[in-house]
Formats: sequence, C-alpha cells, structure tokens
Amino acid sequence: MAAITINLPLPVLPEGWSAEKDFKAISSLSPATQRNVEPVGPHFLAHARRKRHKRTFSEDERIQAQENVKKVEDDDAGEISEEEDPLMLQRDAKDWKGQDHYAVLGLSKYRYKATEDQIKRAHRKKVLRHHPDKKAASGKTEDDSFFKCIQKATETLLDPVKRRQWDSVDPGADLEPPSKKQVQKGNFYKLWGPVFESEGRFSKKQPVPKLGDEKSSKEAVEGFYDFWSYFDSWRTFEYEDEDVPDDNENRDQKRHVERKNANARRKKKTEDTARLRKLVEDAMGMDERLKRFKKQQYEEKNKKKIEREAAAAKAKEEEAKRKEEEAKLAKVREEQEKAQKADAKKAKEAAKNAAKKNKRVVRGAAKDANYFHEGGDASAAEIDSVLNDVDLVITKVDNEELADLTAKLNGKKGAGEIKAVFVDEVKRLVGAGKMKEGEAKNFS
Amino acid sequence: MSDEEESPGRVAIGISFGNSYSSIAFTTSEGKAEVIANEEGDRQIPTILSYVEGEEFQGTQAKAQLVRNSKNTVAYFRDFLGEDFKSVDPTPCHQSAHPKEHEGTVAFSIRDSEAESENTVTVSEITTRHLRRLKNSASDFLGKQVNAVVITVPTNFSDKQRAALKKAAEDAGLEVLQLIHEPVADVLAYDARPDAKHADKNVVVVDVGGTRSDVAVIASRGGMYTILATAHDYDVSGAQLDQVLIDYFAKEFLKKNKGVEDPRENPRSLAKLKLESEAVKKALSLGQSASFSVESLSGGIDFTATINRSRYELLASKHFQSLKRLVVHCVEKAELDVLDINEIICAGGNSHTPKLSRSLADEFPPTTTVFAPTLSPTAINPNELAARGAAIQASLVEAFDTDDIEQSTHPVVTSTPHLAHAIGVLSISGDEKGAGVFTLMIEPETPVPVRRTAHVAVPREGGDVLVKLCEGVREIKVTKPEAKPKTNGANEDEDDDDDDDDDDDDEEEIREKVWKAGRVLAEMAVRGTKKGSKVEVQVSVGAELDVQIIAREVNGKGGTRGMLDKPAIAQNGSV
Repeated sequence: MAAITINLPLPVLPEGWSAEKDFKAISSLSPATQRNVEPVGPHFLAHARRKRHKRTFSEDERIQAQENVKKVEDDDAGEISEEEDPLMLQRDAKDWKGQDHYAVLGLSKYRYKATEDQIKRAHRKKVLRHHPDKKAASGKTEDDSFFKCIQKATETLLDPVKRRQWDSVDPGADLEPPSKKQVQKGNFYKLWGPVFESEGRFSKKQPVPKLGDEKSSKEAVEGFYDFWSYFDSWRTFEYEDEDVPDDNENRDQKRHVERKNANARRKKKTEDTARLRKLVEDAMGMDERLKRFKKQQYEEKNKKKIEREAAAAKAKEEEAKRKEEEAKLAKVREEQEKAQKADAKKAKEAAKNAAKKNKRVVRGAAKDANYFHEGGDASAAEIDSVLNDVDLVITKVDNEELADLTAKLNGKKGAGEIKAVFVDEVKRLVGAGKMKEGEAKNFS
Repeated sequence: MSDEEESPGRVAIGISFGNSYSSIAFTTSEGKAEVIANEEGDRQIPTILSYVEGEEFQGTQAKAQLVRNSKNTVAYFRDFLGEDFKSVDPTPCHQSAHPKEHEGTVAFSIRDSEAESENTVTVSEITTRHLRRLKNSASDFLGKQVNAVVITVPTNFSDKQRAALKKAAEDAGLEVLQLIHEPVADVLAYDARPDAKHADKNVVVVDVGGTRSDVAVIASRGGMYTILATAHDYDVSGAQLDQVLIDYFAKEFLKKNKGVEDPRENPRSLAKLKLESEAVKKALSLGQSASFSVESLSGGIDFTATINRSRYELLASKHFQSLKRLVVHCVEKAELDVLDINEIICAGGNSHTPKLSRSLADEFPPTTTVFAPTLSPTAINPNELAARGAAIQASLVEAFDTDDIEQSTHPVVTSTPHLAHAIGVLSISGDEKGAGVFTLMIEPETPVPVRRTAHVAVPREGGDVLVKLCEGVREIKVTKPEAKPKTNGANEDEDDDDDDDDDDDDEEEIREKVWKAGRVLAEMAVRGTKKGSKVEVQVSVGAELDVQIIAREVNGKGGTRGMLDKPAIAQNGSV
C-alpha cells in the first residue's frame, strides 16, 4: 500500500530525552482477536502463499484453529423452547385479537422485553414446526389455523406501532400491586419493585428510576416518586377498538364507530391514569422511607424547640429526683430520732430500775448489818434512824454514785464493813458539799 | 486449441445462485468480469424450473408457468439444499410445488416426464438440473465447454449445505473450485474495478433478496476481507415488498368490483397478481409511476390501475424501516458505530428501489459512501455483483490445483490474528499545545502480518523530533448543540425553512469519531531533520504481533529502528 501522508507535524524532541540508539520500547501490542479472513481476492492469495510456506501445524492444531475463530454467525438453536399449550394450538385465527401473541411465539417469559431479533427467531422456529406442509407430511390434516395465529402474532410484534398497542393491553405483563396486608409482613421493596418495573415499560422517558431499598438516599426516593407523579405514558388502548367497517360501506356508520372508539380510548386512558395515580399513592403510603424522611425533616426544622423541651423535661426530672431524695433523707432522720427517743426512754427506765434496785440493795445492806446494832434486835427507833440516814444518803447521791455505792456494798457481810462504806460515802458527800457534817448521825 | 494452452484445461465461470434469481459471469481476457445473458437474453435468470408434458423450462419461461402449472413448477429451493425437512421453511413455496419429506431430505412431487404419474425429485437433483442449464447457457455464450465454477453462498450456509451444493454441481459436470460468501463477492466486485483503491475501510453489504435479507459488516484491510458480523432476516425481503403491492391492488380491485371473489383467495389470481406486482415494483424503481394490468384477474374481470412511486414508498415504508433497523443492529453487533462505516454496498435486485437506499443513507453519516444505482452513478448493477465477484475469484484460482485451493482456503491459513486496537503516531495539531493528537496508521481489525508506511511532517523549524507510537482507542464524542444558534440573516430564507432548521437543531446531537491515544508502544528520536522535510515511519507487525519500527527522514540517511517483542503468551481467541 502506498504511504499515508500525515500533515500534522511531529512533536519536538523534549529536552533530556535520550535512549540507547534513540529507541525506547515501552510495551507490546494488546492481544489480537482471532478471526477468519475470507479466502477471496488477489491479496488473500498472496497472504495464503506467504503463510503456507511456514506451515508446520499438526492435524490437531488445524481443528484448534477453526474452533478459536471468533464466531460471526449466530447459533439458531436453543433459546426459545416453551411448552405449547394444547388449547392454544386449537385457537381460531379469526379471533387473533384475543390471543396472547407472546405465548403463541413462545416468548411469554420475555414479553415486552423481547428484542426484534428474538421475535424473528422465535417466529422462524415456530414456522418450521407448524407450517401446514409439515403437518401434511406427518400425516395430519391440513389445518393451518395455528400457523395463521403465528403469522398474526409476528405481524403484530414486528410492527413497532402495533406492538406498542398490544403491549399496552398485554394482560400477561401486568402485575397486581401488593395489598397493605402483604406489605405489613415486610418486604415492601420486593413486592413493589416488580410492579413499578412493569409499569415503567409505558414510560416515554427511559430509563425509569428504580424503587431502590431502605438504604436509598432521600434524593433517589424523592426523584423516584416525582418521576411517577409526573409519569408520561405512551400506553394506548387502540388494540381494544371495535373494528371500523371498510370505507366502501356506510360512511356514517364508519364515523360513528370511529367516534365510539375514540371515546372508549379516552375513557380507558383516563381510567389508566387514575389507576396509576392510585397505585403510586398507595406505594407512597406504605413506604417506610418516606415516613422516615418526613420525621427527619420535621426534626431538623424543630431542632431547637425540641432541644429546649428536652432540657426542660430533664430539669423537671432532676428536680423530682432531688425532692424524692430529700424526702427519703428526712424520713431516715425521723426514724433515727424516734429510735433514739425510745432508747433514751428505755435507758431512763433502766436507770430508774437500777436505782430502785440499788436503793433496795443499800437499804438491804443496812438491814443485813442489822441496822448496825450490836447484839439482839435493833429497836424500832434505831431502825428508823438508820433507815432515815440511808435514805438521806440515797437522796443525796445520784444514780451513778448510787451504783458505785452498791458495788462497794456488794459482798460486804460484816456490819463494820458495811458501816465503813456508808461512813466513807457520807464523808465523800460532805467533802463534795452535798451533805452537812453530822447530818447522817449514824455514819459520822 | 485453447484446451491445450490452459494448464488444467479448465474453463471457469462464476455463478451467483440465489433463491429467486441466479446469474452467471465470466472474466474477459482483459480481466474484466462480464455477466452472461442466457438464450432468452436474461442476465438475471429466475431460479425456477417447470415441467410441462416432460419438457423442462427454466428461468423466465418457467416463472410464467407459476400461473397455470404451479404444481409442476419448482421455485425458491436454494435454501432447502442439504437440510432435513424439519428445519426448512416452506413459506416461499406457497405458490409453487410444495416441498415434502423424502428419505431425510427435501423433495418435490412433480410430473417431470410425459407419464401421468408424479415423480419424487430431491432438491439436490433439482439443483443439479438448474446448474446444468446455467452451465449450458454459459458454454453456448463462450463457445467453450465450461467445467469449473466458483459459486456464491450466504454466510450462514452450513457445512452440510456446502457439501450438498458441491455434490449437486459436480453431478452437473462442474468442478467447484471454491464456494465464496455472497457479501465478500460483492465487495470483491467493487474492489476489482480498475480505478479502485485498496484503502482500509469498513464496508456494510446489504443484500435485499427475494425471500431474505442479509447484512454483513466487513473489514477490508489492504484487499483482505474479514467478516465482523452478519445478520439475516427472512421477514424483510422482496416478497414482502411485492406483498405490499399485491394487497394494494387487490383492495383497489375489490373497491371497483363489488361482490367479486378476492383475487388473493384464488391461487391462480394470486399468482397473476404476484407476477404483475413484481413487474410494477421494478418499473417503479425506474419511473415515477407504473401501470398494473392483468387480464381476467378474478371472476373474468380485467383490471388496470396505476400507482405512483410515493404511494408505493408510503405503503412499504414499514419494511424500509425494518431493514434500516436490521442494518444498524448488525453494525452494533460488530461493535462498531455508524460513524465507523466507510462504505455501504447495496446488493440484490431490490436495491434498485430508490427509497430503500436513501433511507439507509440517512441512517449513516454523510461521509459514508452508499453504492446503490439510484445514489451513485458509478454503482455496479446490484443484481450482478455476486456473479461478478465469483467470476473474478474464478479467474484467480483457475490455474491452481484442486489440492492447492483446498489448502489455501483451510482454516489454518484463513484464521489469522487481527489487531485489537489501532496503531498510530502522536503528532501536534495546529491549535493545541503539548497534548499530542493520535494519528491513525493501522486500523483495528487489521489481519497480521501487516506493514504500513506514513510520511509525517516535521515542525516548522525542523530539528530533533520525537516519534511516539501508540495504540489508539476510538471514541464517539457526542456534543449537544449550543442553545439555538440564531441565524443572523433569518429574513433571507422563507419562514417555513427556518422553522424546520430549528427543529432539527434542537433534536440532533453532533456525533464525532475521535481517536484517543491508548497504550504507548515505543518512543524514538529522529535527529537533525531539515526544515520542511518529512519523516517516514514504517511499522511492520509480524504474524505473532512482534513489531518492527523504522523512522527516518525522507531522502535522509541513517534513521532509527527498533523492535517490540511479541506479547506474553496471548492465548488464541481468549480476548
């Protein structure tokens, strides 16, 4: 081939660029695609000659070479192999409007998603099986009604206008929206997702946004519902039109039917729009994300108010707590006081008892010492005077001194000893100034 | 006398064997391919055989028999060859002999002898008879006994079908030198023109035949052809275009004649309608209007009507659209964009239809050349393309031994690595600084080994320059038009025109094909170039993707050279 001339200049060599022999290899070529060259034309023959001189491939590699070639021709086999409903096979071709075109071609799992290529291939496959000549060959009667159904289905699906009309009313592609009950069990996204996807096929705007899941951002969710609120649908109901009589018949009749059709279409379209609106509203009503966003937004707006309210609530709570604690404390104290009082009373009682007892002991001691009378019984006067003195001592001492006195008197048997104790006591009392010298005559 | 001069004693022709029509072509001593007319003067010979009282008719005469003798007329049988009955589509044969099953193959029950009883004739026998007739026509024309052929087949012909065709041809006394693909034959016919340049190009061949349409995207690189993608369609075809006219005329007829049987319901009337509709279709390709006239169409009533071209185009627009989609789909399948397509070749008889080629041209950018009789005065008759291509190939391989041909066409030779990316050098564009612009030297999908040379300008002052070799990536740049470019001289044009223009501006985006530099392969320096001279860069890619690069100043001495190793084990086909 002649040299190409490129008029755009080459760049100037950057400064400091150098390499061995002025050449720098950087990388190798990308891997190549293996393809079949057509064995046609003078240039190929030259190529073949060149190539064949070097040929040393074994038979194995020959086969390998063919297998590796990138496939250009499609495989016709496979793909469309749906069971054929025997009822469908008996359909009358005259009733073609009522047939499910996708099911006839075995494309019911693709429906509106089927590509033109798929339809063509499915058609061909069905023709190969159901052509009347084939039936005749296998000895069956020449019944071509299903073949006509196939032709009608293909005609409808291969014409973009007619296909849209059919897709608009294709009952097999519609999905019932889930009920509230179903959604309450959870799985909002799984239940509603396919519904919106199926409705989305009518959108003039493509691609249709997806429902998403609970993690979707606020913008995405709002965008989604915005899209559906302003949904632009191409759905038409021409397919369900009554047949318009041929123009060579009654013209008035024709116009009448046309008007009727137009009205029916309009009505159905309005109904459809209303249906879709309701559907979207239902979905919005059940969408937890919207509620969450609403709450978030509300919170955002009233942040301060809420904070203040929260602070007030907290303060109130603290106050209540404090009061409660105080009350508790007061109660405890009260109880303590009560207990103390009771204790004091008891102690007093005890002291009183002890004093009584001590007095008895002291008086008893005087009695034990036979009222300090030596020999025989003491006279009443002596007894009286001794007892008076003892009582005097008792009245003069307080409880503790009395207890001491009692302790001293304990274990003393002899009259002299007991008297010495009393004498000491009187002396002490006199010393303390509580008694006058000689007041207790018996113990001086 | 000539028998002794030609080495293997071969006289080879090219045959284009179609479902509806066949043609035969030979190569003159000047190397020009010519299509041969048969005894009746037809260059397109209907692929139809008809038997009347034991006499065999072929071509136009047989076609006429479709009306009266449809049961003993065999048509549209090419695609049945080598297939078993359950995988053939008998739809095209509704108005001729119906195919039936016979010992695992397809056959026809016809009365092909004088006897009253029907004979079962297999499709390969029919093919043999048809090819024999073609061979005899060619022999009569050339004055020599033809004994070898190159036959064109569709790209999706299976090995079994090829074998069956070969066998049928051999039974007819023809040695099959090679079977070549129809779209490639079409490209070859164009490339064999004396003034044709073997530029690197991507070609779409659109073949709208009688019963099917085939589209192929072919990469043509220095005269080597590689099919990148194909698409076949049995719904867009000449028969469908005929059907449009049949329906139209039948309705017109019924409108004028009330209470008469629909001519489409009666086989004989339908055959008449079909023949005349096909003639009307052809007439509409040449003239603006055509007349339709059938004697005793239905119920003994003659019918005459006229139709103009625009009405026909309106009625058939659905099919044109469908074909357009098919073509675009095929281009996408080849992982290309419409902007990558340099040429469209319209083949097949229906390419004469002006609207068809125009609607195709609309889908492609203005830079794409469309070869169709109505758009390009230099276009070759689309009916003859395949036959011519076959004849050229026949003249090329005529002298080879059969063994030689077989080995040359074996996958070992034909399966070749093709470059995954373009290769080019970085150069500086006038307005941009620094950033290099990728300049293409070798297109992607070029089979290796390949060698390309480019002469690249040097900067104005000369001096040392850098040659940076890169792989290139093609990108489609989509630019939205700027907000309504208000025309200054709006008053000059008519208002209507202005409105139209504005509408177009609003919707259309400008799509451009841009090359971006990808992986850098090598850098090299050429020192001391003179002012205004050029640097010659030669890139040779070897069979195993090893690269040799030479850069030197044109007419200069020395220069730089270097090698790139082949890539680390690239498994064949693992792309």
